[in-house]
Amino acid sequence: MRARDPAGETEALLALAGWAAQFTPSVALELASAQPARFAGVPFFSALSLEVSASLRLFGGLAPILAALRQGLDAMGFTACIACAPTAKSAIWLARAGRETALDSARLAAGLEDLPVRLLDCDADTLAALAAIGAETIGDLERLPRDGVARRFGRGLLEEIDRALGRRPDPRTFFTPPPRFHARLELAAEVSQAEMLVFAARRLVVQLAGFLAARAGGVRRLVLRLFHRDAPATEVAIGLVAPSRDAEHFTRLARERLATVGLRAPVRAITLAAADIEPLAGEPRALFGGAVGGAADDWAQLVERLRARLGAAAVHGVAAVPDHRPERASRRSEPARGQPAPARRQSSAAAPREGYAAGPPRCIPGAPRPFWLLPQPRPLAEIDSVPHHGGPLALLAGPERIESGWWDGDDVARDYFIAQTPDRALVWIFRPRPSGPDGVNWYLHGLFA
Amino acid sequence: MSSLLQAILERTDVWRGAAPAGAAPSITSGFPALDAALPGGGWPTGCLVEILPRHEGIGELRLLGPALAGLSRGGRCLAWIAPPHLPYAPALAAAGIDPARLLVVRTRSPQETLWATEQALRAAACGAVLAWPAAARYPDLRRLQLAAEKGEGLAVLFRAPQLRAEASPAPLRLALDTANGGLAVHVLKRRGAPLAAPVLLQQPIVARPAAADPADHAVDRDQPSAAAARDSRRAHA
Repeated sequence: MRARDPAGETEALLALAGWAAQFTPSVALELASAQPARFAGVPFFSALSLEVSASLRLFGGLAPILAALRQGLDAMGFTACIACAPTAKSAIWLARAGRETALDSARLAAGLEDLPVRLLDCDADTLAALAAIGAETIGDLERLPRDGVARRFGRGLLEEIDRALGRRPDPRTFFTPPPRFHARLELAAEVSQAEMLVFAARRLVVQLAGFLAARAGGVRRLVLRLFHRDAPATEVAIGLVAPSRDAEHFTRLARERLATVGLRAPVRAITLAAADIEPLAGEPRALFGGAVGGAADDWAQLVERLRARLGAAAVHGVAAVPDHRPERASRRSEPARGQPAPARRQSSAAAPREGYAAGPPRCIPGAPRPFWLLPQPRPLAEIDSVPHHGGPLALLAGPERIESGWWDGDDVARDYFIAQTPDRALVWIFRPRPSGPDGVNWYLHGLFA
Repeated sequence: MSSLLQAILERTDVWRGAAPAGAAPSITSGFPALDAALPGGGWPTGCLVEILPRHEGIGELRLLGPALAGLSRGGRCLAWIAPPHLPYAPALAAAGIDPARLLVVRTRSPQETLWATEQALRAAACGAVLAWPAAARYPDLRRLQLAAEKGEGLAVLFRAPQLRAEASPAPLRLALDTANGGLAVHVLKRRGAPLAAPVLLQQPIVARPAAADPADHAVDRDQPSAAAARDSRRAHA
């Protein structure tokens, strides 16, 4: 047995309100009807109300909204009692009474009739007095003369019933989501395996996805903190190439990242935080199902998945640099982001473009370059003034003289040759002018693969 | 009856003993002699292709160059998993491959290489996946073959020549050797009838001395530093 924790319940409801805002902007937190005496003075929220009439068309009716609510709550590890009615008050009464029904205006009065009077916002004395006069249900109270009820119990009871039946306005203050996301989950038992944490993290990730959907935003960076009993918290940052709010994708990345983290101590609690929420429009759906332009997304997700496991530096692109010095003509770059990849079926039929739009270098005719360039030129042995690399090399073409770079102190003056090894591989070698340190005359610089 | 038989013969997974298999999806290799030897008339997509060069630098990338250039022109991405060296951008550009389409992945262990290859093969965005697995057992290759079937791109594994005799689930296996100054492609295994004689290809890397066009230059003329360099050299000379 565990005592009720009003602060914890309120925190959970606040988090759920942020998540539920994806279904409607009108989410309100409801105060508990009978505030337990022990918790007097603390706002004790006990229910959420969502005004969904404006969202019915978007989601395709009430049933899909209910299904999405249940699926999301289930993924976050909550159980809920959900009821629908034309007024917020009546819906909350139904939910508190444990009746998961959906009432329309015609059946509202009949549906509320047999609800117990304990749902009303009144103290124990009033409830005892109501029981003494035999009014056990809302219907019993409705059938009594209004003047008499008002005189004996005050107008509050009647007004509450009027609000439930829609005879009196019942405005509420809607929930405003916080500017950044932060959620905490206490684990039921200490967890010492990183893989097990994925299940816990997923609960928070689903909550984050709903929070982002409500704000039509996405994030590029998540921070997962793992709290230990006797050690400082471990921080696990997850970076994305493009903003996203896909719970499945976040979970996959979290799984890869957590698999590489060595846990110093068992974990008691985890938090998930995300700041810097960027606008992210919804994805257009194709007319006949499936996503439009999935290739660019797919590409970004591949890069993220590879980086999550191998490290950011291990995944990169290649870019050409306009410089004559071979070792400076190519550099590592960020992998191109958000490629406007054409539809998959068109790839071979696409009209070949002549040249390049964004201007990679034009190649020098008659000056071939090797596919593999060694990071450092490798000195070659020279026997009888013939360079050797697994045997004597036969010079096929050259020299191509490259002299450049005097202005930045890293100048080169070399004669490049294409040579063939005895086993008929082609290599790119050069002779420095004048010859290099220790009298080395030949260097291997590349392989024509 | 004959139409039924015709329908069966048109299936891509049914072939007759004498001919290479029918129209499987493929990308032209750019070498007509090789295309004729490959089932489907080019590099098959959605299945593993193993290339076993006798040694590094024999021309294994030049063999793929035209196909990769076509894919990069179509906007498809090219993933290079655990290459033995860094690919060199000017050479790629010269072969018609847009360097901006490349994704180079470097790994620390054979397991990571296999994992990254599988991830890339499953991604629809990759037009081609080139991988250099250091060690792969039959079940690993089988897994990669299943991943390649999920994607629709070109999937090439470069493996050591000693593995020629080893069994592999890849539907196409090629061994590369040199012959008469050209490249000899031995088709070790393909869908359809086996091919006894190697396919001989010429890949002239040493181009005939091109008409020197002084305007066509790798460095932009407008760049002050390059122009200054040239002028100063002239002044010294």
